[in-house]
Amino acid sequence: MKYLPLLWAGLLRRKTRTLLTLLSVVAAFTLFVMLDAVRIAFNAPNSVAGINRLIVTSRFSIIQPLPFAYASRIQAITGVQNVAYAIWFGGVYQDRKNFFPNMAVSVQEYLAIHPELVLPATQQQAFRHTRTGAIVGRTLAERFGWKIGDKIPLEATIFPKKDGGNIWTFDLVGIFHADRPELQGIERQMLFHYDYVDEGRLQDQGTVGWYIVQVDDPADSDRVALAIDRLFANSAHETKTQSEKDFQRSFVKQIGNIGLIVSTIMGAVFFTLILLTGNTMMQAIRERIPELAVLKTIGFPNRIVLLLVLAEAIVIMLCGGLGGLMLAHALLPVMATATSGQLNLPLTLSTWLLGLALMILIGLLIGLPPALRTLRLNVVDALRG
Amino acid sequence: MAHGLRRNPAAPDTQPEHSTAPAVELVRLRGISKSYLRGKQRVEVLHHIDLDIPEGDFIALMGPSGSGKTTLLNLIAGLDSPTHGSVSIAGQRIDRLSSGALARWRAAHIGFVFQFYNLLPMLSAQKNVELPLLLTRLNAAQRRRHANIALQLVGLAGRASHRPGELSGGQQQRVAIARALVSDPMLLVCDEPTGDLDRHSAEEILRLLQRLNREYGKTLILVTHDPKAAEHARRTRHLDKGALVGQG
Ligand SMILES: Nc1ncnc2c1ncn2[C@@H]1O[C@H](COP(=O)(O)OP(=O)(O)OP(=O)(O)O)[C@@H](O)[C@H]1O
Ligand SMILES: [Mg+2]
Repeated sequence: MKYLPLLWAGLLRRKTRTLLTLLSVVAAFTLFVMLDAVRIAFNAPNSVAGINRLIVTSRFSIIQPLPFAYASRIQAITGVQNVAYAIWFGGVYQDRKNFFPNMAVSVQEYLAIHPELVLPATQQQAFRHTRTGAIVGRTLAERFGWKIGDKIPLEATIFPKKDGGNIWTFDLVGIFHADRPELQGIERQMLFHYDYVDEGRLQDQGTVGWYIVQVDDPADSDRVALAIDRLFANSAHETKTQSEKDFQRSFVKQIGNIGLIVSTIMGAVFFTLILLTGNTMMQAIRERIPELAVLKTIGFPNRIVLLLVLAEAIVIMLCGGLGGLMLAHALLPVMATATSGQLNLPLTLSTWLLGLALMILIGLLIGLPPALRTLRLNVVDALRG
Repeated sequence: MAHGLRRNPAAPDTQPEHSTAPAVELVRLRGISKSYLRGKQRVEVLHHIDLDIPEGDFIALMGPSGSGKTTLLNLIAGLDSPTHGSVSIAGQRIDRLSSGALARWRAAHIGFVFQFYNLLPMLSAQKNVELPLLLTRLNAAQRRRHANIALQLVGLAGRASHRPGELSGGQQQRVAIARALVSDPMLLVCDEPTGDLDRHSAEEILRLLQRLNREYGKTLILVTHDPKAAEHARRTRHLDKGALVGQG
């Protein structure tokens, strides 16, 4: 602690340079938080939800429908507790840009299987008993200013009505939220009755997009999944059953390997940062060689001179890095509001910890070369000038 | 380690030069030579030097540029090791110490004054003077007190909070002397301390060094080009082409 004045003396020697270095570190770590948030948002959807849920799709494509009649046959398999089904409706509200997931589901079972979806009891009642009823997540309701009682028209993109129309109208009867913050993603969804859609649509009647199967015991999932696929093997509609997590992951993969793309960008950002700050540190220490030589002459041990230089690098990284993290912390909600909830990225504890680890690591990385240089510093030559 | 400066009752101002040389030898060099590699060539810059400096002495080392004055001073101060020969300070063979042990030894026993002051520009005079005390067990308040005493001694008590850039050359050199004194070393080595100063400031610095020797009994080695500066010492030795000339 008593060496603190020496540390500040080093940092404040060239205030402008230190400030510019700090700013580049702030920028890099702000970017880091954003990118890491994207990575988390895409890589681990609903990471803790649905460990006892399986998704059954057509073996060949997730857009190929399955017969409605499979529900009771799946239900009959031992180990299966409950079966729900859903179709991807793909309706558009006002404008194609207003994308949000909207699905027709078997309401009774779907709500039973998804306890993370929190809906007040009276709204649940209303949803069950209103054929044209729909519920939306909190985020979605806020985005369009929807209130219970509103009529919401969706334009069909996949399922035209058999009466020739293309607009489906739903009555908003409930607004739900997720039971834990990491599942906030579901608050962007809209759900309505499978029966209403199935009876009103022109084609594909009596089919479902996928089944959601709740198993008695998560440890038994593999066996149940195998039993389901075996049951429909060699039929006209073979199935593919996987855990909900795997299903979502394969769904995301269709967009591209976001994780890899993001990691590559992050790598480039930090590579640049290391080059930039590493060079600055090297230069800063080179300028101070005479001062460091004096310290060593006076009798400062190598260890302390080395630690002073390392500490300087780490302090810059920590100040800039924490600044960047806090800036991102302030920016993310602003971005979420500005994009009306579309870009609602999470800032998690793991991002903070990863960020902190990176700061210390990069600090060591850029501090070590000049620090080691002070070890090799020959006092006699340095004093000679 | 640092216990403030004691006046030396055995060194009254009135005593004539040369007559006071006490019996205890502080510095004892025997058969010192030092060579450097210049490219592939070995160049010997000091040749077989024997030198004794008693405690309480104030010796001036003179000689032309390149004669090896700085090299010799560095050997005595434990900044460098001889190629041959022995360096004993207060009875201890410092040429056999490891570099870590030497650093500790320097911190405890040697005060350095350089031609270009070599203060840390971002630190106040006070903090500069405190630097050597960071290596001791003294707490912050004690360090401040010791630094203030040293600054008082060099007549700069009023400038404690000034940074080197806000001080004149002579004042900066006095801060450097305070820094060299603050841990009460047994030997003060000064390499051309007035080389960068005008006549008047140089005279002030030299009188200060003289006072440190006479009133406080400090042992000083002064390297200088300037015969006028050397007059302030108790005695002068000349180096020429790496050898001591004349007798002690
Ligand atoms: N690290 C080194 N490598 C090679 N030669 C050196 C080195 N250090 C000193 N020398 C040589 O040793 C000789 C003595 O140098 P030194 O600095 O001791 O002289 P000096 O008497 O202090 O000179 P000045 O009055 O100019 O300061 C010079 O010829 C110098 O070039
Ligand atoms: Mg010299």
